[in-house]
Amino acid sequence: MLNESEQQLIAAFQNGFPLVPRPFQAMGQTIGLEESQVLDGLRDLQDQGIIKRVGVVVHHHELGFSANAMVVWDVPDAVVCEIGARIRACDLVSLCYLRRRCLPEWPYNLYCMIHGREREETLQRAEQLTASCGLTPYAREVLFSRRRFKQCGARYFQVGS
Amino acid sequence: MEQDPISLDHRLLDEFQRDFPLEERPYLSMAKRLGISEEEVLNRLRRLQESGSISRVGVVLRARRVGVSTLAAMRVPPERLEEVAEVVNGFQEVNHNYEREHAFNLWFVLTARDAAHLAGVIDAIGARTGLAVCAMPMEEEFHIDLGFRMHG
Repeated sequence: MLNESEQQLIAAFQNGFPLVPRPFQAMGQTIGLEESQVLDGLRDLQDQGIIKRVGVVVHHHELGFSANAMVVWDVPDAVVCEIGARIRACDLVSLCYLRRRCLPEWPYNLYCMIHGREREETLQRAEQLTASCGLTPYAREVLFSRRRFKQCGARYFQVGS
Repeated sequence: MEQDPISLDHRLLDEFQRDFPLEERPYLSMAKRLGISEEEVLNRLRRLQESGSISRVGVVLRARRVGVSTLAAMRVPPERLEEVAEVVNGFQEVNHNYEREHAFNLWFVLTARDAAHLAGVIDAIGARTGLAVCAMPMEEEFHIDLGFRMHG
């Protein structure tokens, strides 16, 4: 688990870096750290694999990708990791997760996010993914997103907590 | 040389989703690469954020290494959807909340520092709305999020 200074750092940047010439100095001032300490802390979190990526986080919808779907399958536990590896290799999706089922209402365990400009494009990609990754035998659902009620960075810790 | 402003915005969105320079003046490095001033990079990023094209310039964390998180879904009667979405949004532990085309029509992601806190929030949402909440925590991530390619 993270130590207290790492938690403090994450709390300070969970809303994004300030858009000022020296963002890490500005962030440091809010939590009582030097600019160099903020940068070292960020690099360290990156080296530990806690930070996946650093950069511009886009909203798909506003960029014209309005046909976004979560596609789910019910894949037997014995083969799901092998299929996950195939999905990773085929490069058609931005995210792919194995999740616990919520039985009996929700039997699906494999999740992919597919982004497209039009529904047809997204559905075609889902078909292509299903066929090329050995998912044809398994129950599937495509859940297009409709309204976005909220989207922001995850908030694990509060500043000062 | 004059550059097309749309293509500059496009490059800002496309080329800096990963490997953002972790240095004292990161926006200056971006500016040099794009052949514009640091001030212009900052102005463009502010504008893209105001228009909603970008959520933020920052980090994407590997959720399971930081705290606990789960995807959750609810079957909400259509006439109650906005009211229930508002209750869910009211919890700061909720960072994504979408309506989807399905009987399970409200989908959200919850993150918290520990499992007990997360379970408490799920219970609270159930109690406040009188509806069941299904939780589907992540067990494995098969795809590393390297950002979103706008080309191809």
